[in-house]
Amino acid sequence: MIAQRQTQKSRLDVIVNDRVDAHVKLSGITQVFRSQTGGPAIEALGPLDLTLKTGEFFSVVGPSGCGKSTLLELVAGLTRPTTGEILIDGKVVQGGVPDGVGVVFQEDASFPWLTVWKNIMFGLKRRGVDPTIANERAERALELTGLQAFRDAYPSQLSGGMRQRVCIARTLVMEPRLILLDEPFGALDQQTRLIMGDEVLNLWRATGATVMLITHALDEAAMLSDRVGIMSARPGHFIEIVETGWSKDRDSRIASSEKFGSLTAHLWSKLRDESIQATRQSETKK
Amino acid sequence: MNRLMRARLLVVAAILVVLEFACRTGLISSYSLIPPSEMVVAMIEMLRSGELTAEILQTVLAVFISVAAAVVVGILVAIVLHSMPRLRQAIEPVLVTYYSIPIFVFYPLFIVLFGLNDVPKVVIGFMLAVVTMIASTLNGLDRVPRVLRKTGRVLHLSRMETIREVVLPSAALSVFNGVKLAIAHAFVGVLAAEFILSTGGLGYQIAYAFHDFDNRKMYGIMLLLLIIVAVVNAFLMGWERYIRQRRGLS
Repeated sequence: MIAQRQTQKSRLDVIVNDRVDAHVKLSGITQVFRSQTGGPAIEALGPLDLTLKTGEFFSVVGPSGCGKSTLLELVAGLTRPTTGEILIDGKVVQGGVPDGVGVVFQEDASFPWLTVWKNIMFGLKRRGVDPTIANERAERALELTGLQAFRDAYPSQLSGGMRQRVCIARTLVMEPRLILLDEPFGALDQQTRLIMGDEVLNLWRATGATVMLITHALDEAAMLSDRVGIMSARPGHFIEIVETGWSKDRDSRIASSEKFGSLTAHLWSKLRDESIQATRQSETKK
Repeated sequence: MNRLMRARLLVVAAILVVLEFACRTGLISSYSLIPPSEMVVAMIEMLRSGELTAEILQTVLAVFISVAAAVVVGILVAIVLHSMPRLRQAIEPVLVTYYSIPIFVFYPLFIVLFGLNDVPKVVIGFMLAVVTMIASTLNGLDRVPRVLRKTGRVLHLSRMETIREVVLPSAALSVFNGVKLAIAHAFVGVLAAEFILSTGGLGYQIAYAFHDFDNRKMYGIMLLLLIIVAVVNAFLMGWERYIRQRRGLS
């Protein structure tokens, strides 16, 4: 009951924040990696500008090596940009993960020495959340991710998809207002990916959080997002941002619609040249 | 698995029977070896009379202090080295070649420095144990997935909290392996030091009995030492298996 009241409260927050509208604002971002072996510096990103609206589902697609994950690490405050500024709720992100930001990585980040339940409780305990409230929030996260039956299991006893669910639950339980997903389903099979996609949509609707999803799967981006940002080959920047126009209660069944097909085709026509260029880049590197 | 265990037990039992037979029939002279059953009797007699209690305590305590110091120092040094790659690169050759140095040549120096008491043998035990502890912990720290450290940052853990709550648990199996090796090295160090020059301990008693031609006592203590080491090892292996099983690694 209390957990429900809390989601209502965080929804209220969202409504208040809606007036600000821009949840995340990146301006003039570039990222240059200096080579440690004395080779030429690599321009990974930018110059790049991006605004995420509060509560939207934004996906980033782009050829491999275009700096998608770097972009996510910048927004998460895990790396600093070489130039430019990142604002979250109007506050500059610098040298640390801002409050209210949750990240789910591509790699399995569950703690193998803790049970599912303790994994989920980990962040709450660190933050000193009142135990009764913490329990309720963890219960709700278990329920939302369908992990109730596995609460006392260790991650090694779970499949890859289940482990990724543990990571999602551990992120959700902190009630983030901005959820960053770095190809979280990259290692999963196609059916599991579709199901996880639906679940992420459900979670997005239930929490009202802003979501930024990094993915290499065009169909995933086309199906899940309000807007899809298409990135260029290195140094990555947005060459187009596509509005999908889906209703908020969409699910994976839209994949059979005509519009989904034309959307995916459009994404690919934009990406094709960039991908060819990216492939050449990686071949010259070798 | 059960069949394997039975086969192993059978091999040990066969060796014991052959030894017993060889000793009893005089094939092996009692000046070089006493029958295994005799060793057991001698050991039990010594344990009953309490003449060894002080010596056992002395040796076990010296090993314990060596290991405890080696584990604490080893983990701390490894964490520092891991966070300073330059320093680590500079020190790496020392770590790699360390065990080619016969540490025992410094033993006389330690006696001069610390006096003829329990300190030199603890120092020797520590010196033999600490580097394997450093190397094992470093190995474990290298294997901590980057994504786990990132997760720590996302969850707003401080540097100390990250080490305590994420890095060390993640490296636990390697650290544990280091502890196992450290115990083995510390036993060797302490016992050998007792052999060479000391005032007490099980190693000293073995050497004393040897010079005294007291084979019953010598073999009795040797058997006791083997049992102590076997028990410690069995305990550690059981614990390790428990940790591994929980993580699905067994």
